[in-house]
Amino acid sequence: MIWPAYRCELRKLAAQRRSLLGLAACAVAPIALVVTLHVHPPTISDTGAPFFQRYAERSGFAVPLLMLLFASIWLFPLVAALVAGDIVAAEDGNGTLKTILTRSTGRSTVFFAKAAAALTYAVAAVVVMGVVATVAGGLESGFRALPTFTSAVPAGTAAELVAGGLAVYAVALVGVVGIGLLLSTWTRNSAAAVVGTLLAVLLMQLTQILPGLDAPAVQRWMLAPQLQAWQALFRNPIDTGPIVHACAISALYAAVCMVVAWVHFLRRDVAG
Amino acid sequence: MSAAATPAVEARGLAKRYGSAVAVDQLDLTVEPGDVYGFLGPNGAGKTTSLRMMLGLIRPTAGRVLIHGIDPMDDPVGSLRGVAGFVEQPTFYPYLSGRANLELLATLDGGCEPRAIDDVLDQVELSDRAGDRVGGYSHGMGQRLGIAAALLRRPRLLLLDEPTTGLDPAGMRDMRALVARLAASGITILLSSHLLGEVEHLCTRVAIVHRGRVRYEGDLPRLPQGRGLYRLVATDPAAAAAMCGRLEGISDVHAHPDAVSFTATPESAGELSLALAAEGIGVQALVPGGTALEQLFFRLTDEDAE
Repeated sequence: MIWPAYRCELRKLAAQRRSLLGLAACAVAPIALVVTLHVHPPTISDTGAPFFQRYAERSGFAVPLLMLLFASIWLFPLVAALVAGDIVAAEDGNGTLKTILTRSTGRSTVFFAKAAAALTYAVAAVVVMGVVATVAGGLESGFRALPTFTSAVPAGTAAELVAGGLAVYAVALVGVVGIGLLLSTWTRNSAAAVVGTLLAVLLMQLTQILPGLDAPAVQRWMLAPQLQAWQALFRNPIDTGPIVHACAISALYAAVCMVVAWVHFLRRDVAG
Repeated sequence: MSAAATPAVEARGLAKRYGSAVAVDQLDLTVEPGDVYGFLGPNGAGKTTSLRMMLGLIRPTAGRVLIHGIDPMDDPVGSLRGVAGFVEQPTFYPYLSGRANLELLATLDGGCEPRAIDDVLDQVELSDRAGDRVGGYSHGMGQRLGIAAALLRRPRLLLLDEPTTGLDPAGMRDMRALVARLAASGITILLSSHLLGEVEHLCTRVAIVHRGRVRYEGDLPRLPQGRGLYRLVATDPAAAAAMCGRLEGISDVHAHPDAVSFTATPESAGELSLALAAEGIGVQALVPGGTALEQLFFRLTDEDAE
C-alpha cells in the first residue's frame, strides 16, 4: 500500500524549510504583484504589456492569469524542481535512503510515494498561488467580468476558467516533476538535480527562438510550449486541441522519466 | 526445513566487486538462531559491504545470502521480516524529532502499538530528548536512536555495524550493556566490529573476515586453563622465535615483523627468559596479555600482510 509511505513523504515535506519556502514564495509573489499593480496601475492602451496585465484593473480574475503567465516559465518549474529534484537525492546524500529501505516497505512503494508527494507539492504550489492571487486580485479590482482574448466572460465563468487554467497548467507541470524525479534518482545529487531540471525547461524555452528548432514540428514535442497551453481556455469557443496535446505531451514526459527512474531505483545499489 | 532449523543468516560464495576492486570475495558464513555472532575484521575487510548485501541494499556480484531462508534479492520485504539493524551509522531526518523519526519508520513498518515508541525510547534511555530535533543529537544519541528504531521492529535478528564507533568510553560501555541485554533476551545478533575486546566480551561465535573472505568461523577461541598469551621483543627475533619453538610448554609461536607471540604458562615464560639470556639474546620486552581471539586475529590478518 502506497498510502502510509505517501503520508510519510508529505510529513517530511511539511517539516522541511525548503518546501515551506517554495510554497511561501507562491503565496507572496501574487501579493507583491497586486501591490505593484496598485502603485503602477496598468492601462488598457498599453499594448506592450501582457494581455491580462492591461485588464488587471478591471477584474481581479486577471491577476492569477497574469501571475501564471509570469510564473509558468521559471517560478513554478523552479518550485517543482526544488522538491522533485531533491526528494530522492537528498535521502541519498543524508544516508536516510538505507534507513527507509530496510523497513517493511518495498522500493517500488517508496519510489511511487515520493513521486506522488512531489506531484502533490507541485499542484499545491499552483493552487496556493491561484487562490492567493485570485483573492488578492479580487480585493484590489473586484470579482468582476473578465476580458478574454476574444470577448468578456461574467464573474462566475471567469472563476471557472481561472480554475481550469490552473488545472491545465498543473497537468503540464507534471512533466517537469518527472524530469526532476529522474535527475534526482539518477544523479543522487540534490543541487545537480534541481539545477538540471530548471536547465532542461529553460533549454526547451530557448529552442523556441532557435532557427530550425523553432519549427512547429519540433516544438509540439517540447515540454516548454505546453506550459502555455492553458491560454487556449481564454478564447471563445475554447480551443481544446492545444490543451489535450499539452496534457498528452506532459504525461509522456512524466511517464518516460518516471519509468526510467523507477527501474533505476529498483536495481541500484544503496551505499553511503 | 523447520523455521527453528533455518539459519538466521546463511551466505554462500557471496561476492561484491566494483570494477576491478574486490570488496567481498566468496564469503561463506552461517549465523544460527540465538547466536551472538561477532563479524570481526580490520577496516576495509568487507564487513559493511557484506551487511549491505544481507539487508538487500546492494546487489551481490556473485553468490547469495539468505536471511531466515529468504534471499533479499528475491523478496526484499519478506527477507527483512523480523530483521532490523543498521549499516555504518544509523541515519535519521535531522529536521524531525527523535520521536517523529520513529513514528515515521513505524508507519513504514505498517504501524505499531501505541506504547511501542515510548517503550523503545525508554530502553535506550532517550525519552527525555525524544521531542528534540535529531539534528541536535550527539553521536551517541544517534546510535541509541538507531537501536530504538531497530527494536521497534521487534526483531528476531539484529544486524549491528560497529555500534560503538565514535562513542566516548561511557557511551561504549552503555552500548555494550544494551547489546548484552538484547542478546540475553534471545535476539540473534550479528555484530560487525573491528574491536577485539568488544567481540570477545559480547559474542559466542565469531567470523574473522579479511580482504573480503572469511578466514575463521566458529566458536570464540579460548586459551587452555592456566595458559596465557605472551608477546616477546628481542634483539634477534628469528633466534628468539626458534628458541620458543624448542622449549616445552610453549606453543602457538608466531613470528611477526617486530615481535614473537606465543602461548605459555607463567613458568614456561620464566624459563624462556633465562634461556634467551643464556644464548646471548637480549630481551627488550616480554609482555603477558592478549587473548586467544587476538592471537588468532593477528595470525590470520598478519599472514596476509606478509
